[in-house]
Amino acid sequence: MNNVAVIDYGMGNLHSVAKALEHVGTQLQPKTGEATEVVVTADPAIIAAADRVIFPGVGAIRDCMAEINRLNVGEIVADAMKAKPVLAICVGMQALMNHSEENGGVDCLGFLQGRVKYFGDDLRGELGERLKVPHMGWNSVKQQAQHPLWRGVPDNSRFYFVHSYYVEMADVSKVAGLSAYGKEIVATVADSNIFATQFHPEKSQNAGLTLLRNFLQWDGGSG
Amino acid sequence: MALAKRIIPCLDCDKGRVVKGVQFVDIRDAGDPVEVSKRYCDAGADEITFLDITASHEDRKTTVDTVRAIAGQVFIPLTVGGGIRTLEDIRIMLNAGADKVSINTAAVNNPEFVREAAERYGSQCIVVAVDAKRVSAEDEPLRWEIFTHGGRNPTGIEAIDWVKRMVSYGAGEILLTSMDRDGTKIGFDLELNKTVSTAVNVPIIASGGVGELDHLADGVLKGEADAVLAASIFHFGEYTIREAKEHMAAQGIEVRLD
Repeated sequence: MNNVAVIDYGMGNLHSVAKALEHVGTQLQPKTGEATEVVVTADPAIIAAADRVIFPGVGAIRDCMAEINRLNVGEIVADAMKAKPVLAICVGMQALMNHSEENGGVDCLGFLQGRVKYFGDDLRGELGERLKVPHMGWNSVKQQAQHPLWRGVPDNSRFYFVHSYYVEMADVSKVAGLSAYGKEIVATVADSNIFATQFHPEKSQNAGLTLLRNFLQWDGGSG
Repeated sequence: MALAKRIIPCLDCDKGRVVKGVQFVDIRDAGDPVEVSKRYCDAGADEITFLDITASHEDRKTTVDTVRAIAGQVFIPLTVGGGIRTLEDIRIMLNAGADKVSINTAAVNNPEFVREAAERYGSQCIVVAVDAKRVSAEDEPLRWEIFTHGGRNPTGIEAIDWVKRMVSYGAGEILLTSMDRDGTKIGFDLELNKTVSTAVNVPIIASGGVGELDHLADGVLKGEADAVLAASIFHFGEYTIREAKEHMAAQGIEVRLD
């Protein structure tokens, strides 16, 4: 049994990601002979026993961090990061950074060296056209490195984004995918057994489902 | 490449079936919402909008079950509207698998509801649906007002101020329907769209009046919409999503074709 724990700390809709994982798990079963079980939970024991962990997040960072701190989710994620594949999604990825400037400035978990910044109120495209915030919709992602999670995902595939803040990584070698919206933005981060996406793979149809399928088979290594 | 303009097929549903009224009156049956959603998703739709047009409380369970069934098979964003009146309604729809909810009449009745909803669930999942009708005379500057109940009930609220207010309360997106154009197939109210789109910094979904593919392109190029919504041209097989996207791409509009 391939056990996946989706960490539930009360922030947002986790059913989409759970359903997408169940869907790709069912597709994989005939090939791998292994069933996938997805549990949405805040129970540290279940998360510790899982084979792989999803760290999601939606909404405002201050509320997310407040719940993360209240429920000791940081420790749970830190333990998972020591031992198994972890996929952080959207605000989950942002929460791994040092600091976010959202809500007047919020300290985050600091598990990855990076800062979360606002797009700005007068964001412009290449031709000077006005770009709205949030960055909402399908944007292409340029892969920056080979990674098991990119297997079968064509370079420059479009993924579904919805966010007003973006990540700037201190160490650009950890950036696994870039997108552009007025400026270059980090779309994915890869650091040993952790992979993080600013976009929502569970809402990104074929490209996103392929990435999730890869995650279910990933051993946490880079090859 | 840049952010793609979205094409959103809209499923108006009554008691668990997709229907589409012409100006909300002439109802024709267009199929099972799960099958229809899946077909659109496979055909390259960028999102699905599900509007429960019965919205009576007895049929609520059917709607929730349908949303749950769609969300289990369709892995693109799903917006659910129709009868969203309380935080509990939003929670039920998000738990059933909706990614966003669309709030219309409840926002007019109680604007603070939008603020509470955005604070509770985040702006990213709060769409405010605005049904606007031109009220200016031929020789006057353009002016639109908000209507509810499918365009039947005037509210006296000026549309542009209303949209700005909704965005300031936390609406993450505006679904803008022209009540003058809905069901007419003569194209979007482009002036309305452009005026609203330039007034606020959140994405605008243009709705109401699509009869041919040029209308979709015009919505983006002239109406400055971030997304275009249509129902009948897709439901009855006049055009496919792919044809719509290729038509838009040929006019230089960034779309998702992969």
